[in-house]
Amino acid sequence: MGEFTVHRVRFFHYMPSGICAMAFNRRTERLAVARTDGSVELYSRTDHFFQEKVVPGRQQRSIQALCWVGKRLFGAGLSGEIAEFDLDNLRLKFSQDAYGGPIWSIVCNPQGTHLAAGCEDGTVKLFEILEDQIRFERNMGGQKGRIISLAWHSSGTKIAAGMIDMIKVFDLDSGNAVQRLLVERGSRMQQSQECVVWSVLFLSDIIVSGDSAGKVKMWDVNTGTLIKNHQVTEWDVLTLSVSQDETSLFAGTSEGTVVQFQLLDVVLGQEEKEWVRTRTFKNHTHDVIALAEADTVIISGGMDTQLVVRPLLDKLDFKSRDSSLLKILFPQRSLVSCAKKAGLLLFQYPTHLELWLKTCPSVHLMCLFPVRLGLQGEDHVCCSAVAPCGEWIAYSTTSGIRLYRLQRDNKNVSITKVPKLPKVLRHAHQLCFSPDSSHLYGTTSSAVHVVALTSAGCKFEHSLKPNSCVDSDGKFLASANSNSEIHIYNMHKLKAHCTVPVYRSGVSAMGIHPETNNLVIVHADHQIFEFSIEQMQYTDWSRRVQKEGLHHVWLERDTPVINVTFNPQNPNHVILHDSYMFCIIDQSLPLPDRKSQFHNQLTLKSLPEAERLKHSHAFKECKLYQPLLCVDMLENQSLVVVERPLLDITTNLPAPVRQKKFAT
Amino acid sequence: RSRIHKFLLCASGDLVKVFSTSTEEWVHVLQGHTNVVTGITLNPANQLQVYSSSADGTVRLWDFTDGILIKTFVIGYPIATLLVSNKHEGILFLVVPAKDNSNSECLQLVAAHVPKTLEQEVEVRELSSVLPNISPNPRAVGFGREGEYIASAEGLKLIVYFFRDQKPYRSVPLISSKGAKNTFTCVSCHPKDDCVATGHEDGKIRLWRNFNQKKEYTYTTLHWHHSVVNTLCFTPEGTTLLSGGIESVLVQWQYDRNSKYILPRLGGSITHISVSADGSLFTTSHSDNKITVIQSNLKVSAVIQGLVKGEAVHTDLVIDPRSKALVLNGKPGHLQFYSLQRDKQLYNLDIVQQEYIYQEGLDQYEVVKAAFDAHGSCLATVEERGKKLSDTEITLKFWDYNETAQSFVLNTTVMTPHDNRITSMCFFPTAETTMVVTTARDGCFKAWLLGQESDTENGPSWSCDFVGRYHDLQPTNCCFSADGSLLAVSFQEVITIWNPETWELLTTLCQPPGNIKDLCFGRLSCSRYLLATTTKNMLCCWNLLTCSLEWSTSIAVTLLKADPLSENMAVFTLQKEQTDLFVFKPCEPRPLFTQNALCVGEVQRAIFVPREEPLDNCDESSLWLNRSQLYFTINPVCHLLPTQAVIDDSVAVTPFYLLLGKHRQREQEMCGLPVTEQQGRLLHTAAHVLPPASFLCNMFVKSLLISQTGVKVETEPSEQQAESEKEEEESEEEMDSCDAQQDRRVQGLGVETVPLISKAQERELKKVRRTDYSWLSCLSDS
Repeated sequence: MGEFTVHRVRFFHYMPSGICAMAFNRRTERLAVARTDGSVELYSRTDHFFQEKVVPGRQQRSIQALCWVGKRLFGAGLSGEIAEFDLDNLRLKFSQDAYGGPIWSIVCNPQGTHLAAGCEDGTVKLFEILEDQIRFERNMGGQKGRIISLAWHSSGTKIAAGMIDMIKVFDLDSGNAVQRLLVERGSRMQQSQECVVWSVLFLSDIIVSGDSAGKVKMWDVNTGTLIKNHQVTEWDVLTLSVSQDETSLFAGTSEGTVVQFQLLDVVLGQEEKEWVRTRTFKNHTHDVIALAEADTVIISGGMDTQLVVRPLLDKLDFKSRDSSLLKILFPQRSLVSCAKKAGLLLFQYPTHLELWLKTCPSVHLMCLFPVRLGLQGEDHVCCSAVAPCGEWIAYSTTSGIRLYRLQRDNKNVSITKVPKLPKVLRHAHQLCFSPDSSHLYGTTSSAVHVVALTSAGCKFEHSLKPNSCVDSDGKFLASANSNSEIHIYNMHKLKAHCTVPVYRSGVSAMGIHPETNNLVIVHADHQIFEFSIEQMQYTDWSRRVQKEGLHHVWLERDTPVINVTFNPQNPNHVILHDSYMFCIIDQSLPLPDRKSQFHNQLTLKSLPEAERLKHSHAFKECKLYQPLLCVDMLENQSLVVVERPLLDITTNLPAPVRQKKFAT
Repeated sequence: RSRIHKFLLCASGDLVKVFSTSTEEWVHVLQGHTNVVTGITLNPANQLQVYSSSADGTVRLWDFTDGILIKTFVIGYPIATLLVSNKHEGILFLVVPAKDNSNSECLQLVAAHVPKTLEQEVEVRELSSVLPNISPNPRAVGFGREGEYIASAEGLKLIVYFFRDQKPYRSVPLISSKGAKNTFTCVSCHPKDDCVATGHEDGKIRLWRNFNQKKEYTYTTLHWHHSVVNTLCFTPEGTTLLSGGIESVLVQWQYDRNSKYILPRLGGSITHISVSADGSLFTTSHSDNKITVIQSNLKVSAVIQGLVKGEAVHTDLVIDPRSKALVLNGKPGHLQFYSLQRDKQLYNLDIVQQEYIYQEGLDQYEVVKAAFDAHGSCLATVEERGKKLSDTEITLKFWDYNETAQSFVLNTTVMTPHDNRITSMCFFPTAETTMVVTTARDGCFKAWLLGQESDTENGPSWSCDFVGRYHDLQPTNCCFSADGSLLAVSFQEVITIWNPETWELLTTLCQPPGNIKDLCFGRLSCSRYLLATTTKNMLCCWNLLTCSLEWSTSIAVTLLKADPLSENMAVFTLQKEQTDLFVFKPCEPRPLFTQNALCVGEVQRAIFVPREEPLDNCDESSLWLNRSQLYFTINPVCHLLPTQAVIDDSVAVTPFYLLLGKHRQREQEMCGLPVTEQQGRLLHTAAHVLPPASFLCNMFVKSLLISQTGVKVETEPSEQQAESEKEEEESEEEMDSCDAQQDRRVQGLGVETVPLISKAQERELKKVRRTDYSWLSCLSDS
């Protein structure tokens, strides 16, 4: 297979932020996840929770609640503003102050015409949703006490509001509170400590509340009496979620557990039903702050930054990739860019960039020292790139693109900002340099912009059509968009060359082979295609892969491939990596068939030289380095492996709530 | 008005015992089964009647208040479990071996339709199969709400069978992670809701609901137990669920709330829980031969404690001279004082004085030796830990009897008295000197003396006085002569005689080949003799005056015991897996008494227990029993049960075979019954009318004839044997009548009090075999 010098990099201190809100859109099957740094991520359920889009965050923006209205996504937070996200351009569309202090919760009515926001000042503010904006309609309530949680009845005429020590039910016609349900304070705390109703649900005939006393309570809507009281935890019940048919309910707690309740027959075959606590899942170490139920899975997220997708086995018919637990911890895009020729590493943090330069001339040793690039403005970095020659660095935020020139003489490094970037290039989803470092390509939702770079400055050259994932080899440029359409452009002629047939799953990574000009595409469902750009058709290898099918071990992996690179020494080698492994595909070897052993490196080692070839297959996986953020090939047959040990992340998290493990 | 739960029924061996819950006393016994009782349940139609099933293939219906057998149903197959339900009147549900399968491990559930006849003994022929593949564990089958369905768990499967649509639903728990031990251990159904509770090997309890769905069944997990949940039980109202396991903690779960109450430190691990019909009393049975009666507010109201059986008797059987109680190791780290006369545990002495925490594989301290001085005012104990490890920790403790506390108080603790395991320990036999001699595998024996009063403030303490060695040989046994003038210590093949005053080696005696196994001085008139047994099957007798071998004989001796009150010696020999007993005087070559085929298997321990008042019996063959009785224990797991080939490692302890060799006793052994209380009872009730133990043993005669010294033995005339047997029968009758009187008295009591309900205690066959040595109660002194 060949030997590589491995540069094992562990100084990228990437720290994911905690999840603070989630919303699942049943119609589009998209999950929106808001993190504490203000960013919003979109996952596609149909595509094995592939992270399709990321709206970068912004300092001081906090999102407490997310809400889908049709295909529109609204968010609100402690800044007191309600904002709509532009999911095409991946930025804020507009934001409007609700004038009620921090907003704790927003919900939209079942008809999709109004938004209700629960504010710090104790009012529920109703907004009408218009085409491009929202318009304030009226206030409800208005006494002291913040409104923490809201739930809209399916008829659209009543709203339940979780407050401190009580739940109020508002009637929308009159605008008055029709019921006050008092929640008793817990026995655990002193009686003086108030009980916060963190979450309410409005089912057709009951109201369910989860509070800081650790109780899930069921209330009768008509009489306002407590029907059932479940003590779920010693600590807080932070979030609740109900299935669409209202027979199953989940509660997330501070202990990191998710507790299921089901509406079951007391006596089989009879009418009488009761909410019974059934299963408990514990997949989190910290508070579970957000929950979403998507038919056959329950998705939970919290302070420990991971998104856990837990399948409900009783609703699945057969075993498949969907029936296994999925934990999403790392971003499904590359945060590291590597200058192959110069041996530079650029780490992208939300608020700054870090450039590590190779100072040692030695081939095997990569002595690096960091250069830190602070950001201007409050916006977080959305993408960044470093040119292969190491002379240029570019990054983009939602408000603008910055290009820097890096000059090195001996040990002095100077970074100068390149002024006068073309006006068209205001914001990019992806940035990419051509292999000879002469051009910068930036993509927006509508076009690919090409900027020629010269030592004097930069010049806007052309705009091409749409995209999000870019890769180029000088002559050709391929770009994929979120609809998984791939366009290929001829950069010499500066025009569209062809398109690749659309596949049902999103493109997670792609790369153009520098010699053969073949485009290798890896999709979120782990399928691999190779497309010959010159012949404008799939290559024989790709057809063979499709015909024989990939090995089930490969298809059952959790995380999508993030990056595709090639081995300059051996044109047959394609290097892929996801969060937990990297893999070298040798296209000259036969593909593994269904029965063969997938991880066969050890067995091969034990075999004599002559037999090895017979048993070896194309996929060589390496799980030595975990979890991976980047694997890239440098010119001198060496690999750069950027790891982020899980332990470092968990030690940086705040302490979880104290729990007794044993004893009673 | 409230219906007090008055009686407690418990299956024990082939008997069903009835206890009173308030007085903890044994009221009477339902006797009639000829094999182990496997299940007892109340007759749902009449709460004063009880069904009991047995491995002998019969189900019997009793009136337990009067102790009368009402009916016997002959099934014809050994029954593993019995279930009855209110809804299915006239039907008994039995777990019997599957017919078509020769494999006896495979069990099935059948419904037996009981014909309505007035006859006493009915043969039941109508058996219809309900469910195949039933677990042999009786706790793994249970009736659901009002007998609508039956739930059975076996291995990783839970099967619910609905009688209405005659269709079983299966559910398989998620075998999620590797190594998860999800095996079902027990089942209990909620009496009102459709909810089945199951206990699992990993300590979890699952409450299954919606189990009539193929896929959408669901369950709630309750987890407190850290290892196997042995038993589960819903209260009749269904508000609480009780669970018990190896931790000996009773956990009471609130049914629809996530809260629980626990009652810890109940003793041995809980093997069974049951609840009285009105839910006011719970009873738990424990692996250490105990039944605890608990009120519904989790207060222990009564404890019925039998002789604690540990894994083995580590300490020899010892008699406490003060209380005349039998002393042996009981609970881990404890010595139990057990009254043979009253058949009841007197008290436990905590030797190790550490909290006992159950943990599998954890090496615990065990009491391995105990010895009393002549008056019972001093006790020496040895505890050790690290059987498997190479470095054993040994502690020697000396205890003084405290008159005010009526208990033993720790005087001195000697850490590591010897470098290796202590093999024997004995007290100086007279009261003048308090001295203990210990021998150990490190090659020396030590003498420990109680120091002078003035030594310390806290009174005298013990210290080592002398360390003796002999040619680097390992000492195995030590023994003082009756007057304390001589100490014999055996070093492998050699017996050394020391003067304990001056610690001078007086002489050595040796009779190769074979190491010395047992060592014993003669008493009273025979005190000039020293007896020893060797590993090469020799029994030797030396005359200490001449220092020469008086006689020796070649028999496979397993145990040699001396009667402290007479010259008599008892010897147990093992031949063809049968143990024979000989009683003799060292001075006379003729044995006083022999019995061959006393029991099957090797006798482990034995002891002479002095009687409270000597008998005046002139029958020659039983004279030796006049002043004391001989008790012994065997390892009962030899091959009592041909059906159960599994041999337990744990040596069940102490069926105390009384030396009244009865043929019946042997029969019982053959059919797999360990010795019963009945034998014990027989002894105790008839203590003053002890029948002549009249068994002749030809084998002994023969063996002695063969012996080299040519001991002459006269064969006793056979007429005598016949005669004595007759006598025996007579005495038995006498006792029976005595029992009957008692029963009547008890009846009277029962009728006077309230209408009573009782609960049945079921036990699995195997468990029974292990636990039924429960000397759970004593008969009131007659």
